[in-house]
Amino acid sequence: MEKFDKVHGVAAPMPLINIDTDMIIPKVHLKTIKRSGLGVVLFDEMRFHEHGGENEDFVLNKPAYRNTEILVAGDNFGCGSSREHAPWAIKDFGIKVVISTSFADIFFNNCFKNGILPIVVEEEHHAILMDDAHKGENARMTVHLEDQQVTTSDGIVIEFDIDPHRKHCLLNGLDDIGLTMEKDHHIDKFENHASQARPWV
Amino acid sequence: MSPKTLYDKIWDAHVAHEADDGTCLLYIDRHLVHEVTSPQAFEGLRMAGRPVRAPEKTIAVPDHNVPTTPDRVNGIENPESRIQVEALDKNAKDFGIHYYPVNDVRQGIVHIVGPEQGWTLPGMTVVCGDSHTATHGAFGALAHGIGTSEVEHVLATQTLIQKKSKNMKVEITGKLQPGVTAKDITLAVIGETGTAGGTGYVIEYCGEAIRDLSMEGRMTVCNMAIEGGARAGLIAPDETTYEYVKGRPHAPKGAQWEAALNWWKTLYTDDDAHFDKVITLRGEDIAPVVTWGTSPEDVLPITATVPNPEDFEGGKVDAARRSIEYMGLEAGQKLSDVEIDTVFIGSCTNGRIEDLRAAAKILKGKKIKDGMRAMVVPGSGLVRAQAEEEGLADIFKEAGFEWRLAGCSMCLAMNPDQLQPGERCAATSNRNFEGRQGRGGRTHLLSPAMAAAAAITGRLTDVRELM
Repeated sequence: MEKFDKVHGVAAPMPLINIDTDMIIPKVHLKTIKRSGLGVVLFDEMRFHEHGGENEDFVLNKPAYRNTEILVAGDNFGCGSSREHAPWAIKDFGIKVVISTSFADIFFNNCFKNGILPIVVEEEHHAILMDDAHKGENARMTVHLEDQQVTTSDGIVIEFDIDPHRKHCLLNGLDDIGLTMEKDHHIDKFENHASQARPWV
Repeated sequence: MSPKTLYDKIWDAHVAHEADDGTCLLYIDRHLVHEVTSPQAFEGLRMAGRPVRAPEKTIAVPDHNVPTTPDRVNGIENPESRIQVEALDKNAKDFGIHYYPVNDVRQGIVHIVGPEQGWTLPGMTVVCGDSHTATHGAFGALAHGIGTSEVEHVLATQTLIQKKSKNMKVEITGKLQPGVTAKDITLAVIGETGTAGGTGYVIEYCGEAIRDLSMEGRMTVCNMAIEGGARAGLIAPDETTYEYVKGRPHAPKGAQWEAALNWWKTLYTDDDAHFDKVITLRGEDIAPVVTWGTSPEDVLPITATVPNPEDFEGGKVDAARRSIEYMGLEAGQKLSDVEIDTVFIGSCTNGRIEDLRAAAKILKGKKIKDGMRAMVVPGSGLVRAQAEEEGLADIFKEAGFEWRLAGCSMCLAMNPDQLQPGERCAATSNRNFEGRQGRGGRTHLLSPAMAAAAAITGRLTDVRELM
């Protein structure tokens, strides 16, 4: 996985709450057996009209936000299904950071597996970042993972929390499976113990 | 020893390693796999030259995009769906995992097949690349959905990297009123907590009304824990659970059954165990409910009216306005006046035998409204066979329902069973998101009995009027 360090880029506002994974990527696009190429259908039904053509009102279709790297979204972002196609599409579009007041659990986990940084902030800070995102292309936000800081275009610094293990993995681009396999002997030991204690499993 | 919740006990029994920062490797007892969220995971294993660590604990079944029309025995027409199902056929064979292929009578929705075949047992950890894995919590198993990267992680290591969630108790006291079902309980709870109310928690459902439910009903309740944002839902095992499990193909037998039973009987929340959040509803207060909007939290009794967006607070004002417009409703409109085009009975929420019995009971000797499209999609081939044996299939067919083969079908509309733009559906499934059942489609979630009532009258209907 690519190492995550710092993002300095355009932030797009999506204040709607409860943006679900069906909105992020409708099921017609889940029939792929690959992980790549889903950026073109990110937010498909909001972004494009039913019979083709872009919906000009949708934020990512506006000239200022076509190169969005940071999404500032409403509460409970990513609720719904476990489809990892949602973060795959977000990443493939070029978005590296999503900021909200809360995320759905599975989506939140899926982000880290794909080098996307989901940031949870308090409502008051969320409002500041949402205002900044509304300023368009010239107002670039900076997200610094090492320092755990988001800096608005006019220099307001907002700190955020992140699980240390997840931060370490993102910063170093570490693959979970490889890390877990280093603990193989613990898994062996557990299996030996469990097969005695609960042989019916 | 300090008192523990049911969740604490199952968690503690499955920690294979704990790091200093509390990050755990949680051992997984059962890994369920379907065709949509697994191909990339198997591809990852192939590329790294890794085997499936515990193929004997891994069970696969195609369900999400299989057609449910009888002609599917001749093969799947849609090329992309066919490729996904063929990929699962091949992956199951190459990696040596248990498999129920599309034309096996035991095939069905993964969350119905697992319990039916006795793969799901109390005290287990169960995962699947599907958010409705929460269903298996009905057995007192810690069960939750995972993404494809985690599917690959479990295939390779039989563990998940996890941090423990907080404990939440949802108690439903007393008895349910006639016409009120497990679906109404679970929707009413989400209406109370909101879709983010459970975020960061594992819910334990308890109380007399939960105890009184059958395993089918308990699965319906736990299934929608995810719609309340929780990682998982749990119900402590009891005689109802053991009765359901006993004799199933993969349930323990003989001395192993006795040993298992001894352990299962320790799986309950100790007196005075700590819950971080507690919600209590009175069973008597729960009415038959429907959803009016595009979030499962948009729940109201069938006797209510469509709310006014201005009555909400914060971001919900805009969200409700958008929902009502999308749903083609008006604030103040009576829910029982909302006309329905289509009725869908099925899904991992309500595709079990008891659900079909409840709907058939209302439909017996009646016809669906002229012009109504109505379908029943049993949750598994075995549910279908049982319903045929009990004469339920005939009741549905005589009423005017289509009688389909098993699969996820119109719950997520990945197969050809989809709504058209503007088409309004009374559905026993679990999500009413925009476009969930087809682009522009409008979904009202409700119980199987309420769905049957709507099919007869052609509008959302209080099932108590037809009882």
